[in-house]
Amino acid sequence: MTSDGWPLWEVFVRSRRGLSHTHAGSLHAPDAEMALRNARDLYTRRSEGVSIWVVPSAAITASSPDEKDPFFDPAADKPYRHPTFYEIPEGVKHL
Amino acid sequence: MTAVTAGTAGSAGTAGGAGTIGAADAAAVEAAAHEAVFDAAVAADERIEPRDWMPEAYRASLVRQIAQHAHSEIIGMQPEANWITRAPSLRRKAILMAKVQDEAGHGLYLYSAAETLGTSRDELLDKLHSGRQKYSSIFNYPTLTWADVGAIGWLVDGAAITNQVPLCRCSYGPYARAMVRVCKEESFHQRQGYEALLALSNGTEAQHAMAQDAVNRWWWPSLMMFGPPDDESTHTAQAMAWKIKRHSNDELRQRFVDIAAPQADALGLTLPDPDLRWNEERGHYDFGPIDWTEFWDVLKGNGPCNDQRLSKRRQAHEDGAWVREAAAAHAEKHTGGNNGKAQA
Repeated sequence: MTSDGWPLWEVFVRSRRGLSHTHAGSLHAPDAEMALRNARDLYTRRSEGVSIWVVPSAAITASSPDEKDPFFDPAADKPYRHPTFYEIPEGVKHL
Repeated sequence: MTAVTAGTAGSAGTAGGAGTIGAADAAAVEAAAHEAVFDAAVAADERIEPRDWMPEAYRASLVRQIAQHAHSEIIGMQPEANWITRAPSLRRKAILMAKVQDEAGHGLYLYSAAETLGTSRDELLDKLHSGRQKYSSIFNYPTLTWADVGAIGWLVDGAAITNQVPLCRCSYGPYARAMVRVCKEESFHQRQGYEALLALSNGTEAQHAMAQDAVNRWWWPSLMMFGPPDDESTHTAQAMAWKIKRHSNDELRQRFVDIAAPQADALGLTLPDPDLRWNEERGHYDFGPIDWTEFWDVLKGNGPCNDQRLSKRRQAHEDGAWVREAAAAHAEKHTGGNNGKAQA
C-alpha cells in the first residue's frame, strides 16, 4: 500500500468563532474521518482552531492557471463599484 | 500549500514536439513570453504559485531544497526521540514528545509544499530511503547524553531558525507559507533546549560538565548546517537570483555566531573555538576555520550515524505498512472507494 492510494485533502480551519474557515494546508488520508483527525494533529496542535473542514482536493474546481487572465477582466473596468468613485461636496457627513 | 493543483503544475507553457520550424519558433516565442512574466513576478517580489509557469530549473531546484528540508525534519526526530524514555523528569519528557511531534508536522508541511511542484509523497520517500535525496548532515551525529537534547534545541534549532526566517519570504508561495508555520513553532524548540542546558549548567559539577561536553560536540556541526562557504556553494548564486534564498551561507553563519556567542556566556558555558572573539571594527564576532573535510565526509555517508538513521527510517516505513493497508481497507469498506478520489 502506498500513500498514492490515499487522496489529497485540503484543510480549512476556523481559528475562532466569528471568523470564516481559511485554508491551512493539505494532507493525505484514506478517508474523511482520518483526514479530520490528521488535520487536528497537524494544523491545530496549539489551539489554532475551533472548527475544521476537510475537502478532497480533487473536488475543487479552480479558475485557470494564470491568475491574471481575462477571467478577471470584467471587474477591472468598473471603478464605479467602489465608493471612492463618487464626488461628494465637502462638509457632507455620514456618507 | 495550495496543493489542489499538484498534478497539473507546470502543464502550462510546455512546448510540444515541434514538427516544423514555424512551430518551433512559436514555441520559443511562447516560452520567452512565459519567462518574461516569471522574471517580472520575481523582480517585483511577488510570489510564484503552483500553477504558474516556471523555469524547469527553478522547479527542480525547489524540489531538491524542499525535499531535503522535509527529510531533515523527519530524520531529525530520531536523535531526540532517542532520549524520550530517559528524560530526567515528566516535564522534560512531555516537552520532548511535543517537540518531536512538531518535527513530524514540519516534515508534513514541507512534503505538501514539495508535492505542489508535481512530485508525489511516495516518490519523495522512495528517494530518501534509497539515498537519492539528502537530509541535513547534522542528524548523522549521535545524541550521547541528555545534554545533547538541550544542545540540539539551542544550537541546531537555533541555526535552523536563522536559516528559515528568511525563507518565509521565499519566492515560491507554498514553501514560504510552510516556513511561516514552521518558524512560529521553532522558537519553543530553541527555548526549551536553552532552558534544559541552563538547568544542567547551574547544576552539579558533573551536570555542568555534561552540558559543556554536549556544546563542544554540537557547535561546529551546527556552523556547518549553513552549508559550504559562499565561494564553494554550487546553488547559492542561482537560488538568490530566484529569491529562493535571501542571504548567502556565510552571511547566515555569521548572523548565527553573533547571536549564539552572548547566549553561551549567559549559560555559563564556552564555545569550543579559541579564535572566537568580538571584532569591534567589523561589528561581528570573528571565529576560527571550519573543518570542511569533516563536512564533506559526513555528507558522503561516513558520519557516525548515517547508516543507522536511514535503516531506522526504512524500518519504520515498512513496519507501518500494515497500518496504511488497514486504513485503506477500512476506507474502501465504508465508502466504496468514493472518498475524495472523485477525479483521480
